[in-house]
Amino acid sequence: MSAPRTAGRTPPARTLPPPDAARSTTRRRPRLRRRGGAWWFTPWLYLLAPLVLLVAFTWLPVVDMFSYSFTDWDGISPTRNWVGLDNYTDLFTRPQLFQVFWVSLFYLGASAVQICAALYFATVLSFDTRLRNLFKGILFFPYLINGVAVGFVFLYFFQPGGTLDTVLHWFGVGPHLWLGDPHLVNTSLAGVSVWRFMGLNMVLFLGAIQSIPPQLYEAAALDGASRWQQFRYVIAPSIRPIISLSVILAVSGSLSVFEIPFIMTGGSNNSETFVIQTIKLAFNFNKTGLASAAAVVLLAIVLLVTWVQRLLFPDERVEQS
Amino acid sequence: MRRTALAATAVVLAMGLAACGQGSGGGGSSADDAAQVPADPATVTGTITVLTNRTDQVQDGTAKKYAAEFNKLYPHVTVKFQGLTDYEGDVKIRMNSKNYGDVLSIPNSVPLKQYPTFFASLGTSADLSKTYDFTDHATVDGKVYGIANIGTANGFVYNKAVWKQAGVTDWPTTPQQFVDDLKAVKARTGATPYYTNYHDGWPMTNWGNALGSPSCDPAANDKLATTKDPWGPGQDLNTVDSLLYDVVHEKLSEADPNTTNWENSKALIGSGKVATMWLGSWAVVQMRDAAEKAGKNPDDIGFMPFPTQKDGHFCSVVRPDYQYGVNVHSKNKAAARAWIDWFVNRSGDARAALSISSVKGSPLPDDLKPFQDAGVQFVHMAYGRTAQVDEIDKASEIGLNSQDYPQHIVDVARGAAGGDKDSIFDDLNKKWSDALGTVG
Repeated sequence: MSAPRTAGRTPPARTLPPPDAARSTTRRRPRLRRRGGAWWFTPWLYLLAPLVLLVAFTWLPVVDMFSYSFTDWDGISPTRNWVGLDNYTDLFTRPQLFQVFWVSLFYLGASAVQICAALYFATVLSFDTRLRNLFKGILFFPYLINGVAVGFVFLYFFQPGGTLDTVLHWFGVGPHLWLGDPHLVNTSLAGVSVWRFMGLNMVLFLGAIQSIPPQLYEAAALDGASRWQQFRYVIAPSIRPIISLSVILAVSGSLSVFEIPFIMTGGSNNSETFVIQTIKLAFNFNKTGLASAAAVVLLAIVLLVTWVQRLLFPDERVEQS
Repeated sequence: MRRTALAATAVVLAMGLAACGQGSGGGGSSADDAAQVPADPATVTGTITVLTNRTDQVQDGTAKKYAAEFNKLYPHVTVKFQGLTDYEGDVKIRMNSKNYGDVLSIPNSVPLKQYPTFFASLGTSADLSKTYDFTDHATVDGKVYGIANIGTANGFVYNKAVWKQAGVTDWPTTPQQFVDDLKAVKARTGATPYYTNYHDGWPMTNWGNALGSPSCDPAANDKLATTKDPWGPGQDLNTVDSLLYDVVHEKLSEADPNTTNWENSKALIGSGKVATMWLGSWAVVQMRDAAEKAGKNPDDIGFMPFPTQKDGHFCSVVRPDYQYGVNVHSKNKAAARAWIDWFVNRSGDARAALSISSVKGSPLPDDLKPFQDAGVQFVHMAYGRTAQVDEIDKASEIGLNSQDYPQHIVDVARGAAGGDKDSIFDDLNKKWSDALGTVG
């Protein structure tokens, strides 16, 4: 949630050299109107539709979830009893429920790889590379595919004697049980996740890189900076907010991985994540109350981790001039 | 400032909507009067919606044919079908509203004691149990809330040709002999002796249905309500799960269980690439179709009982398939009840599927003739204490009918998870007895 806010944060106008004329006028006009008082609610009218959707499909269910977490609701019964903090007590007295977070470490490692790869491709594609638009398309494409389809495609990909084994066989690498080996399964699944989400990171980075004023490169080139030095001292500092946003998304994403392991293994064979476990509590064992409590705890953990992260790496304002 | 205003609006909106949500929810008082089969078909009117998991029948027109047949008898009733692929998941969520069709197959996840909240009574147990089998599976306080169309016997679907090639023609009579036979299949044929269907998961849940086969005891399920160690030595679940464990442990199942595929498994057994699968008798028809498509002899597909004998004969547990209930909120209960009555008694659906009709006195289907000839005893499970067993099962988070439980056994057996057979059983026993203590 803190993510979009970070993304949208623009450097305060006064520290910048005068922005272009068009922007300043659009900014000022609403202020004038508001002072006039006639149409102050116009922006709210535009916001109404998204707000209603947001409230109906995000906030209301979350509020409901909080209230379920204090009940013993089984998911179908029309009645439910208030049990206070019983669900939370139950949750925290069963450490095995939190063991699944080890699985998240695989995805966290994968996110590091993902961000590095995305940075690399974004940097390379921001220069004048041949066929750069084609490559942008190819790299971004996996993100557009429905997660269920991705799951099924990779199920065949990882099958014994499937695509991956066949390709590796040409290089003399023996067949592996990519999903069957409990030590390999999470790496395989995390790999799918990298494949799928790398394109999104790349597009975010690419957008940020393209907003860097070209004269900075020129200046750097005149000073004899190599490509690596340009990246290190021009690009990386300029896109820091986006990188930190990506890291936050990556961490919260790794804690709440769901789609890919759920479709590909159903959480079997050591690949169960916290969200899959929660789903099972709610829908296999009719413990919707306990599952809601687990979801609340996950939300708290994600918020906590994000907060700690922001504390350790505060968001510095970037000045591009 | 602007942000505060936004947040305030959001909160107001949320509270408004929350209030609406709570206003429309709830409800669900149970009607006392039972939905009776109408005496005069011509007077029954209305439109009923039938929720079904048989999407195949909805798509290939079989359902429409049934509706047309039904209309010959009940001309003023319109029957509509809704085929749901994720039947359990979708219906369970829809049951939070009043809109879950008029006739529906009762989802397995609904606890028995809540049946009166959701379904109309179809009559008294004393009456209906004379005509239909399995009524006690849906009986609460002497009233029946669901009638099954078919029952399924449980056993191993196997490819006779492959087993013959391995030199095995007689059904194994002990679990050890079964494992040895599978070894022979592995050694003498190129086939995979056993296919778990681990990935799809639901075919594995059938292992829980073997309960009652080794002991030949109709009360096996009810006894779980009082047994502290259902996985103790000599207990049914111990015998059954040990067999699954041993088969996987001896590497007699497919190489990578995580990439199994149900649809494909039919072709595999049909063409003899897989020798055996533990399923219900309903599966035989599908496997025979697959064998035919693969250009093999459909008669190669056979069905054998669980490899244990009691007093010299095999036992096969017969369990009800989905039971049909009438939505307690239905406006056309009479028409809905008429549909259930017609479907179970007259549609011929049970015979078409080569399944055991739940109507008492119906002849056994062809594919179970070998069972009859071999003197296999059909055990009709008693479900007097299902409600309690359910409750313990959910509280213990074991899930006798969920896929995680057999999947875990497979994982341990093939060395993918820590532990051994004893540790699994100890763990299960502990969970069960703990839950037994908490549930009244």
